[in-house]
Amino acid sequence: MSYDVVRAVLDATPGPLHPAARETLLAALDSGWADPRRLHREGRMARRLLDTARESVAAQLGVRPPEVSFLPGGSTALTEGLAGLRYAGRRRGARVVAGAVEHSAILVPSRALAAAAQDPGLLAEVPVDSRGCVDLSAWRQALTHPGTVVAALQAANQEVGARQPLTSALGAARARGVPLLVDATSSLGRDPVPTGYDVLVGDARSWGGPSGVGVLVVPERTRWRRPGAPSEVEHGRTDVEPVVALVLAAAEAWRQSAADLDEDQAARRLVDRIRATAGAIPDTEVVGDPLDRLPHVTTFSVLFADGEALVDELDRRGIAVASGSACTASTLEPSHVLRAMGVLTHGNVRVTLPLASTLPGGHAEREAAVDLLCRELPQVVADVRDRLGTAGL
Amino acid sequence: MTTPDPDGRSDAAVLLDARGERCPLPVIRLGRLARDLGPGALVRLLATDPAAASDVPAFCRMRGHELLSTTAWADSHVSTPTPSPVAPESPMATAYLVRVSATTGEAGR
Repeated sequence: MSYDVVRAVLDATPGPLHPAARETLLAALDSGWADPRRLHREGRMARRLLDTARESVAAQLGVRPPEVSFLPGGSTALTEGLAGLRYAGRRRGARVVAGAVEHSAILVPSRALAAAAQDPGLLAEVPVDSRGCVDLSAWRQALTHPGTVVAALQAANQEVGARQPLTSALGAARARGVPLLVDATSSLGRDPVPTGYDVLVGDARSWGGPSGVGVLVVPERTRWRRPGAPSEVEHGRTDVEPVVALVLAAAEAWRQSAADLDEDQAARRLVDRIRATAGAIPDTEVVGDPLDRLPHVTTFSVLFADGEALVDELDRRGIAVASGSACTASTLEPSHVLRAMGVLTHGNVRVTLPLASTLPGGHAEREAAVDLLCRELPQVVADVRDRLGTAGL
Repeated sequence: MTTPDPDGRSDAAVLLDARGERCPLPVIRLGRLARDLGPGALVRLLATDPAAASDVPAFCRMRGHELLSTTAWADSHVSTPTPSPVAPESPMATAYLVRVSATTGEAGR
């Protein structure tokens, strides 16, 4: 490989900000600092920038600008998006149906509400198979329970890349009159934009934008109502003013990354290479569907190794990866995604490729980063197992 | 430490007490003991690590061992079925009864 990689950044959650988005951000900090609700020239300028960003993101999503709201992050947008559907259906019930590998921003608040109501039945967590794919018959079954007012399903999983059967899941929800929230926080800018949903949620980090910009799409036909006091911010869907410069940078990042037509196939080839390298290491399980997945995400678990040691050792060799193992989390709990899939949670390594267009060296730099990982990984695993005395066990 | 089953169970499982140990230690110790005991042996692993709830079944699947039961393990050594094997909420130990693969040492290689 000709590219001399300094740091192999293979944990793009968030990844580096797209360079054009960075320039937009800096310029917008100078020109878009004012409150967009003010009537003076500075306020009107901020309003114009915000409107431009909204039009641009709406165009990428194939929706109308008033249907798009910017919230302070993907997690917030998920929690608020779900709460609004739930509140709009409050006269019919309060029950939520969600996939077992959904984002914590869906599962944790729903569990808390069920616990507060002392009714564990208020949240149905639909099991997934070993590839991370939701069990459709269990999904249909869960929707039949009376009082179900909202269902939530990911376009694809952020840890293992598994795509969910959105079309069938939507059909089942529609048949029961239950609105479906689709979580596209990991897939926008990486995979085709979902078209069938009642609420759609995104996160600018998935397309090379900055942290702190969540996207909540509420189509006009959807019954959605924000609980709590009415707000005039972002079409009444939040009470937090968006940071105009961040939103503008997010829109610019998506415009730029969407122009890279080689991205999908290039990312798939690199992930295939990582999967093959990891799969050739003894007692190592490559997780998730080999084909029906996000192009840029993969994960594997190494028996008799600990995730923390693998992450540390790779980092020492210039490679940044994440892990779903308990020892790398702030809690003692391993990744709920790996657990729901019934796969090994220790010795876990998670790779999320940055978009090639966000790297100074583009595709060549990213390929060199993956080359480095594939070159170092077998020895790193051997070293960690040696240290634990588990080599050859 | 491994000791013969202290509460005189008839299944003659070897007790492996990994309570208080964190992942991946309980599974590593289970792997070592399975290798040492050989095919067909019974091991009862006690663990408090929440990761063991998914890692012990995954390890057994990868190595061809048979996970016979997963039960709650109170200090009184009275075991009752756990409501959910994947989500132990309390620090109470879980007992995993494992029969070592007939081809131990070879499976999964």
